[in-house]
Amino acid sequence: MIFIGERINGGFKDVVKAVKEKDSGIIKKWAIRQTQAGADYIDVNIGAVSNKVEDYIWMIETVQETVSTPISIDTNKLEFLKEALKLCQKTPLINSTTAHDEKLDQLVPLAVEHEVGLIGVCMDEKGSPQDVNRRVELAAKIFTHAVEKGLPPERLFLDPVIMPLKFLQPQATNVLEAISQFRLLSDPPPHIVVGLSNISSQTIELKLINRTFLVMAIEAGLDAAICDVTDTELVSAAITAELIKGEHIYSDSFLKAYQAAKKPGVSD
Amino acid sequence: MLIPEVRQKWANPINTVTIGATSEEGGTRTCTVTVGGSTTLPFLHFEGKIPHRPVIAMEVLDIIPKDWSALLGEHFSDVWDDPGKWAKKCVDEFGADLVCLRLAGCDPDGEDKGPDEAAAAVKSVLEAVGVPLIVWGCGNNDKDNEVLPQCSEISAGERCLFGSITEDNYKTLVALCKADGHKLIAESPVDINIAKQVNVLATDLGLDPKDIVIYPTSGSLGYGVEYVYSIMERGRIAGLGGDTMWAMPILCDIGKEVWKVKEAVSDEIAEWGDQSQRGPLWEATTAYVYLLAGADTLIMRHPKAVSEVKKYLEKLIESK
Repeated sequence: MIFIGERINGGFKDVVKAVKEKDSGIIKKWAIRQTQAGADYIDVNIGAVSNKVEDYIWMIETVQETVSTPISIDTNKLEFLKEALKLCQKTPLINSTTAHDEKLDQLVPLAVEHEVGLIGVCMDEKGSPQDVNRRVELAAKIFTHAVEKGLPPERLFLDPVIMPLKFLQPQATNVLEAISQFRLLSDPPPHIVVGLSNISSQTIELKLINRTFLVMAIEAGLDAAICDVTDTELVSAAITAELIKGEHIYSDSFLKAYQAAKKPGVSD
Repeated sequence: MLIPEVRQKWANPINTVTIGATSEEGGTRTCTVTVGGSTTLPFLHFEGKIPHRPVIAMEVLDIIPKDWSALLGEHFSDVWDDPGKWAKKCVDEFGADLVCLRLAGCDPDGEDKGPDEAAAAVKSVLEAVGVPLIVWGCGNNDKDNEVLPQCSEISAGERCLFGSITEDNYKTLVALCKADGHKLIAESPVDINIAKQVNVLATDLGLDPKDIVIYPTSGSLGYGVEYVYSIMERGRIAGLGGDTMWAMPILCDIGKEVWKVKEAVSDEIAEWGDQSQRGPLWEATTAYVYLLAGADTLIMRHPKAVSEVKKYLEKLIESK
């Protein structure tokens, strides 16, 4: 399972404060905590706090001062992305492109040129996908475009677009079905990723919903998630789901064994 | 016709383990032995690298063996009253890469020798040969925990390979290994899950995974070799794929298993053919099977089996 830590995001009050006041302590704290929890990537999103590229650069540099975990460059500003690509010390992930032609034309070549991963979100000018077929159509579009331009499937992450259970309950099963169909795109298939917390948006049983959906999605074929990696029950459930699918050898201490395989890249 | 690309890129090389320490490294060995390091499945030179060839240790006991076949006695009865002389013969005459000293004399159901005698046997072998040493207890947990500390102490700095830790008995040996700088054999009863668990338990206590060699309890040909093969293969694939608790080199204890089965030791069934050929052949064939499954270290007894396996290895290790 590829865990992308979601916490360094301008949607959180403490991150807003950190960027405004240049308080590196807050950013470093979340970089370390997420790394120690086993994050494979640290997502860095400036949100609406600032539109100054120096501020985004500051966030990435602050993260890299404390951990060597690769970064998920979460921005829709091309200038931010280009600067970030120069800075990243470990191979980053571009989060993200959509299925809009202009976006694909802009971002796929960047991913190919820099040999980095690319998340492709199944949305286009017609809006968010409302059913399974539309999701698969958009995924196929992104996939074909990427592969034709030289991005190998193992560097492509397709996102079927989760919607809040509270407001769009039927979409949950659409997403699960779409995930299993995405896997048919190639052999081996591209990665499949979701922004997990969207499923539990504004609910009360946030963690329970996140955790249960993640397990169901893993069964459908999900292998990556942008999520709260510090939620140990969430991470344990994901590892257990993969174990049940036969992806890891069982041992009584299988959770410890999984974490032992990830050497936390925490410096000083 | 376009042949599809079948080569795989594995995520993780198998660990390398170095046994033995020369004087520059704090020991008295004249050479060291390094095993492991593969980036592919056994001998697939076209797919990856196999930087260290499998090695052969020959077995020496700390007492005169009680029930060894005459085929073994033929070669060793002149020296087997003295572990040092026995070890020297294994190295000088039969080309053993390492010596495995098994402390059978410490068995409480046998001669029940104590820590002093065991340590003395270790010392005499260390003084007799320059090759690295494997030291294996008698197999009784309580007795081994009593006897091995002194053996570990007397060989401190020599980077020996000590056997063995199990799921139920690992704390003593892990502590000794860390204190005296040795490597450990992690034993499991033909069970891929327990094999992993032993490594998790030991590393949780602070043992470096790179100090571990896996022993899956390798039975003789005809006695479950296929099942052990499947465990080794699945485990090796997991290790290469990133499971750090299965990314260790593997040891197979061949001689001990083979020379107790009737196919190797019996001369009562005429149709089975000449026992003097059959015994070493049974041992060599068991070794071939485990080499193909991923064994990095073999413990063997019969000199003819050792020489045949060495010839076979020469060919396997050639990368065209």
